[in-house]
Amino acid sequence: MRLMLERRPEQSRTMTVGSPLIAVAITVAAAGIVFHARGLDPFHALYVYFVEPVMSVWSLEELVVKTAPLVLIGVGLAVCFRANLWNIGAEGQLTAGAITGAAIPILAPEWQSPFALPLMLLAGIAGGAAWAAVPAFLRNRFGVNEILTSLMLVYVAQYLLDWLVRGPWRDPHGYNFPESASFEGWHVLPTLGDGRVHLGAALAVVAVVVLFVFMSRTLKGFEIRVSGEAPRAGGFGGFSRPRTVWFCFALSGGLAGLAGICEAAGPIGQLQPIISPGYGFTAIIVAFLGRLNPIVVLLAGVVLGISYLGGEAAQVELGISDKTAQVFQGTLLFLILACDTLIRYRIRVGRRDDAASAQA
Amino acid sequence: MTKRFAFAAGLALALMSATASGADKLKVGFIYVGPIGDHGWTYQHDVGRLAIEEEFGDQVETVYVENIAEGPDAERAITRLARDGAGLIFTTSFGFMDPTIKVAERFPDVKFEHATGYKRADNVSTYSARFYEGRYVIGQIAARVSKSGVAGYIASFPIPEVVRGINAFMLGAQSINPDFKVKVVWVSTWFDPGKEADAAKVLIGQGADIITQHTDSTAPLQIAADLGVVGFGQASDMIAFAPDSQLTAIIDNWAPYYVARAKAALDGTWESVDVWDGMAPGMVEMAPYTNLPDDVVAMAKETEARITSGEFHPFSGPIYKQDGTMAIGEGEVLDDGTLLGMNWYVQGIDDKLPQ
Repeated sequence: MRLMLERRPEQSRTMTVGSPLIAVAITVAAAGIVFHARGLDPFHALYVYFVEPVMSVWSLEELVVKTAPLVLIGVGLAVCFRANLWNIGAEGQLTAGAITGAAIPILAPEWQSPFALPLMLLAGIAGGAAWAAVPAFLRNRFGVNEILTSLMLVYVAQYLLDWLVRGPWRDPHGYNFPESASFEGWHVLPTLGDGRVHLGAALAVVAVVVLFVFMSRTLKGFEIRVSGEAPRAGGFGGFSRPRTVWFCFALSGGLAGLAGICEAAGPIGQLQPIISPGYGFTAIIVAFLGRLNPIVVLLAGVVLGISYLGGEAAQVELGISDKTAQVFQGTLLFLILACDTLIRYRIRVGRRDDAASAQA
Repeated sequence: MTKRFAFAAGLALALMSATASGADKLKVGFIYVGPIGDHGWTYQHDVGRLAIEEEFGDQVETVYVENIAEGPDAERAITRLARDGAGLIFTTSFGFMDPTIKVAERFPDVKFEHATGYKRADNVSTYSARFYEGRYVIGQIAARVSKSGVAGYIASFPIPEVVRGINAFMLGAQSINPDFKVKVVWVSTWFDPGKEADAAKVLIGQGADIITQHTDSTAPLQIAADLGVVGFGQASDMIAFAPDSQLTAIIDNWAPYYVARAKAALDGTWESVDVWDGMAPGMVEMAPYTNLPDDVVAMAKETEARITSGEFHPFSGPIYKQDGTMAIGEGEVLDDGTLLGMNWYVQGIDDKLPQ
């Protein structure tokens, strides 16, 4: 007897839904074994890891805070990736958005007006979109690979921020430490509850809904999908590939920039040399886990958020190291991608002869 | 009989420890900016944590969260420890300053200790170490053993702490050889073995025959060993990584402070303080002097003793800034305020301070 993978005639709808569930189940089982091997009660450990993060108001709020930027960036990237365009530089666009948005409170701290905050958000979007426009321009004009240019611009943006907070934008009362003055009044996002959940979370949900409708119900959304799956067909249909490139980069960059200014004017409340724990890169995973579908991206962002919070909870309550938490995340992502095989293939149990006759 | 006695004794012990773990048990939390590893900044803080466990045994419980980036995650991690019942929390990196203050406002009954910052509250203390005292000593050693008269300095970020270290090193070296040169490479990271190794190679290529660093990895010391020059360990004793090349190391020894603060929290005598200690109470220690001639060891030990006794301050005048203006004159000592905000080089450093 042997196990064989057999190509399905078409993608399995059951497995599209089922494969992530199978992956989660295997991850949980694997984690249980790891915890048991470490001498911990696997059920308690799994509870701490997966259930506790959603069991109290405080941790739910923290989950929202952690998830909001991932989703905001992830939905933009999902549209971009749908069009077969590889914007890997969301981290840089996030940073650029934080810089342009924060220019208002830093350069005009005394300008306190209800218009300040919307203007900051718009400036953040514009900054992120402008940063993403560079790879779009280079690709359209010179055919430069956008993966490389968008990635390289991440470092440029990070060093620009670094220079600003160590130099011209440094807090004059901060003992020369590298950070800007704290934002005050109208320059800070309104918050809910314990004071950590901010407007960015609402914006993320709005982005998800708008992009879902956009991708599934509008001509432009159709154009993007066609442009990704069959660019030649799109060309015959009168769809302009360069215009799609501009649009997708501006959209994903703008959303990343919005996430950036929301972080700076929300949980952080100032500019620091580092304002993102890699949200722009993690959002790539979120986009793929979310099947490049805006609604599912939202769910994927929550799952990833839980795994971060659970990892921290496990460190505190179980005394396991950060490494175990990372192994866990890695296992989850690996298995989700591996289980995707089941969408295109099915597993057959049988002898070689069976396979041969099946193929014939 | 014996068995039953053992059982009864065990039960009694269990009951006792159960009562002890009631109201009196203190939970001490730690937030680390990096992974603990086995040397360097975070490792040394963890040594302090273990010292608390060792000292107080059943009276305390310690918890830690490692690898927390400075930024939006920090506030959550600190809140988690406070919510988890920690009564005393050490936040061990500069970037945790504002998050610590924010969480402290929401948990007025929890005591916080923030390393290397300057914002305090009734329940937030700050503490830091005068590492520059050790830098002065290694500066003197460098000037004594260097043949080329040039040292290479691998620096992380141009914040006052790092600039102060470079200046102290230079002042120590100039006290032996007024023409001594220090070349600086800024690597913009606290820990990146690859970048640190490259920087070490560049510096050695430019004629430095002694390497020192304000970064966390052992790579510079290992490169020094490979290329036949010498260097100093940073934060931890790194002798195991370069047995023939490490001359000494500046060790961050937080254990005595941590134990004292945990004791104060247990006694109910804890109050908010601002501590900046050096060699005198042992917060800054020198690793054993190795691979050095006896007379150099004697000189280093003498300087160490003079600093410890308070007889000598590394930033004693006259001190000239890089542009030739006088910072302080003969017989004066730079005050702590100036040291804490230091953003200028002393005369003779072969580098332009990034602004």
